[in-house]
Amino acid sequence: MTPSNTIISYVVKPVLFLLCLIPLLCLVWGALNETLGANPVETMTRETGEWTLRFLLITLLITPARQLFNIPWLIKIRRMLGLFVFFNAVIHFLTYVWFDQFFDINEIIKDIIKRPFITVGFTAFILLIPLALTSNKAMMRRLKKNWQKLHQLIYLIAVLAVLHFIWLVKADYEQPIIYSVILLMLLSYRAYHQRKKAS
Amino acid sequence: MTIIIKKSTDILPSEITPKSIYQERRRFMKQAFASSLLIATDAMLPAWAKRWPDLEAINHNIDDKLTSLEDITHYNNFYELGTGKKDPAANAQKFDPNPWTISIEGECNKQGVFNLEDFIKPYTLQEYIYRLRCVEGWSMVIPWVGFSLADMLKKFEPTSKAKYVEFTTLLDKSRLPGQSRRVLNWPYVEGLRIDEAMNPLPIMAVGLYGDILPNQNGAPIRLVVPWKYGFKSIKSIVKIRFTETQPKTTWNILAPREYGFYSNVNPDVDHPRWSQSSERPIGEPFWKPKRKTEMFNGYGEQVANLYSGMDLTKHF
Repeated sequence: MTPSNTIISYVVKPVLFLLCLIPLLCLVWGALNETLGANPVETMTRETGEWTLRFLLITLLITPARQLFNIPWLIKIRRMLGLFVFFNAVIHFLTYVWFDQFFDINEIIKDIIKRPFITVGFTAFILLIPLALTSNKAMMRRLKKNWQKLHQLIYLIAVLAVLHFIWLVKADYEQPIIYSVILLMLLSYRAYHQRKKAS
Repeated sequence: MTIIIKKSTDILPSEITPKSIYQERRRFMKQAFASSLLIATDAMLPAWAKRWPDLEAINHNIDDKLTSLEDITHYNNFYELGTGKKDPAANAQKFDPNPWTISIEGECNKQGVFNLEDFIKPYTLQEYIYRLRCVEGWSMVIPWVGFSLADMLKKFEPTSKAKYVEFTTLLDKSRLPGQSRRVLNWPYVEGLRIDEAMNPLPIMAVGLYGDILPNQNGAPIRLVVPWKYGFKSIKSIVKIRFTETQPKTTWNILAPREYGFYSNVNPDVDHPRWSQSSERPIGEPFWKPKRKTEMFNGYGEQVANLYSGMDLTKHF
């Protein structure tokens, strides 16, 4: 069953929007009520980072879900999900800049240059910016074919984001491995599909 | 310098009031005081309310605020009880530290296996307020109860071949369920050079905040070496061995480039993946900036001489 455009615009999207805000609202609530544990900055960084990654994987899931389960209208919610990736990445980055480094530009630059996990995380964040800026209909029209090319950057961003997670772990790789496996499945699906189309 | 040492007379674990009973007494006393004076503070409680009462304070001008008992017991790295920071507290009841024996082995004259009570009986328990700096970049200030490591080691008469001391944590999947996942090379092993071990600062801790060690903090007995990163302060020790060669320590085996044998707190030598120049004191609100990390965690006066002539960027 395909919901009508009205339903999508006035029900599905607003509900989804509110749902997507829940993780951040929980975090803000926790910060105000001091329930983020002994190390609230670590919790904030960790949560915003993981939610960025989760939204990224959910966004990448839209295309396979449309094709495999025959739900073409899902494309209409992809942009919002993609923007939530960017939104969470901004909060994640701000948490680091503000509460971790306290705007110490020298320390931040040193981190970005010297720490591989921060280098890749920062790169992924920078690469997200053009995607967020060109996500509206006007830019889609203006960029035409290049729009799709540009937005294929999301695959590189996803790989960098997962690396960012793997490289910060000390010994227990269970969590980043779960994310890696999901990403690998999503990328292989696309590779397989691409080849099928080519042949 | 940042130590407070309090003295107490020796108390046998068998003489200790069970927790449930003294908690009940404390509650009763609090209520009694509160109703008569409208104030209830721990300071007004009778001495027997605490397990190790009346620890005499020798105050070495400490500037640091004690980390709360809640944070000390709910933010732990004890992978034997789970790799998340809250896991050790959540899994603490699975770990029963009774009975407990400690085996003394290697290059010494008085080897043997001791049960915990006999092992700690000879020593006067004191309170040591030490800073703990984790290699991950956070820190605490913890009021340990324990005794000098050096005093203990000397009792076993190490021979001239004893160049190092190696400590081993209990290996038992049923009591330490985290060991069923091979996250680290179990059992956890740590070590010190003999002159580091003989320094007056390191202690064997059997308690904190005047009470026995909570399971998640390494019950019933652990090492505390305040000028080294926290992972050197090995928990739940069952074996102490004097060795001629440098012990193979757990984190060093896992990632030798990242965790050296010495692992002295050093703001100038970064972990390959993150800076060690500052630290986040646990318990501070999130909008407060981090604090600069001090060389040897602020204990340089007592320990810097142990490393004179050594290149600390090489021997990190």
